[in-house]
Amino acid sequence: MTLRELIERPHAWPAEEGGPGVAVSSRVRLARNLAGAAFPGWAGEEERERIWRELRGRLLELPALADSAAAGNAELSEQDRFILFERHLISREHAGKSRGSGIVLRGDERISIMVNEEDHLRMQALCPGLRLREAWQMADAVDSQLDAKVSYAFDARWGYLTACPTNVGTGIRASVMLHLPGLALMEEMEPVVKGVAKLGLAVRGVWGEGTEAHGHLYQISNQMTLGEREEDIVRNLETIVGEIVEHELNARRRLWSQREVVLRDHVGRAAGILTHAHILSSREALDLLSALRLGLEMGIVSRLERRDLLELLLLTQPAHLQMNEGRPLSPFDRDRARAELVRRRLGGVLRLAARGRRKSR
Amino acid sequence: MKCEMCHTNEATVHLTQVVDGAVRKLHLCESCAAESGVDIQNPMSIADLFLGLGPAAAAAREGDAGECPQCHLRRSDFKKTGRLGCPFCYEYYRDDLAPMLKAMHRGDRHIGKKPSGAEAASRNAAALAELRRKLEEAVAAERYEEAARFRDQIRRLSGEADAGSAGKAPAP
Ligand SMILES: [Zn+2]
Ligand SMILES: [Zn+2]
Repeated sequence: MTLRELIERPHAWPAEEGGPGVAVSSRVRLARNLAGAAFPGWAGEEERERIWRELRGRLLELPALADSAAAGNAELSEQDRFILFERHLISREHAGKSRGSGIVLRGDERISIMVNEEDHLRMQALCPGLRLREAWQMADAVDSQLDAKVSYAFDARWGYLTACPTNVGTGIRASVMLHLPGLALMEEMEPVVKGVAKLGLAVRGVWGEGTEAHGHLYQISNQMTLGEREEDIVRNLETIVGEIVEHELNARRRLWSQREVVLRDHVGRAAGILTHAHILSSREALDLLSALRLGLEMGIVSRLERRDLLELLLLTQPAHLQMNEGRPLSPFDRDRARAELVRRRLGGVLRLAARGRRKSR
Repeated sequence: MKCEMCHTNEATVHLTQVVDGAVRKLHLCESCAAESGVDIQNPMSIADLFLGLGPAAAAAREGDAGECPQCHLRRSDFKKTGRLGCPFCYEYYRDDLAPMLKAMHRGDRHIGKKPSGAEAASRNAAALAELRRKLEEAVAAERYEEAARFRDQIRRLSGEADAGSAGKAPAP
């Protein structure tokens, strides 16, 4: 199996089974560096290339990474790298890098490793739903296995040493992607964001260069990495996210009882545009698919599954669209191809319940 | 919540900034955050803090002439990128980094997972800290020959720390 085959293979984020559908995915990434070597941003290209070759070999030997593929960034096209970025397997920054950096990806796409991003190693594990502890255990296992083969940069007082002092210590960044349309529609996002920031966590929109979180998708993560154990960081985040999920579900209940017409209009318009539009921008698609997902969770939309929507969310991203079309597309052609794809997938499938078959939770 | 810079857009980037040793929250919209070069991984204030907060006397004494003996990173390089050059930078710039890390994180001591070779590493670190203390004493007393000897010992010891992982991949 090669990385190119993984890229070309159809993929959707693994959708969580059951659950309230607010937490989309959980991720844990660990930053590590090799003792005695300059950090990637300060090292020369030759040194980075040497480290990438060395680490590539070591990583592919690990039991946790059996059935994995690896490629240097320069062996992949820019489009391939952005496909991986759109799947949240590598960072945007890493997608922009070429020779001297590389990627190791497990076949099930649950573990991905960036070599020579900002640190020598950024190892991340991904789980659907709110399963941070499981993601931590997966990342921890890869880390421990690699630890037996290389020598990490580590300081007795400051822990794992990283290029940026914000990551020093545990080097852990735990994050959860949350779908929060209820809080947004009830205009209750602000107190939640403020409360979370007070607890030392970061909240940001997953998508959108503009002013807001498109598709009502937010990422919540720990900011502090030193002075706390990994397990506590993970548990703390999981607890707070659990509370936000409760807030979101409460907001959805109030939407039903106080603004049912607004809710139905919101979902109905989204369904109408998605199944009839011929030009669809990336931002509009995100917002409308988000509304559809809300309709699905609330029992307004039927004959559709979470995984269908997650797949559409991914396939309507620019690099995926261009891979499907097999050629580079102008922005206008992308919007047209996006609309066509969505019409084909949703047209004739979607059903909206006239009277609310309200899901009781 | 509105962005604290333009007061127009919704704030979606929420940062903990460290200003003059005090932690403060900053709420920005993505465009203002991007414009001011702030990103979550790398708050700009880190670099400023690195220069500003350390004892002014120490900064004045060393000026910008000092550089990490292993990777040659200078303070001005760090100010530009917000990134250190190599693991030894943490040793070389320890006094500057200590107050900054303390303000930035929940604690100033790592209490999580350790690598398998951490025992040896921790002995090394203790020895390095002791040598550093002696080096500073010698410099303060203007005993420069002695200081040079300590400096060489520090270099050797930190070199050993890298080579000391027999059976593991040599650091490239
Ligand atoms: Zn702004
Ligand atoms: Zn250095």
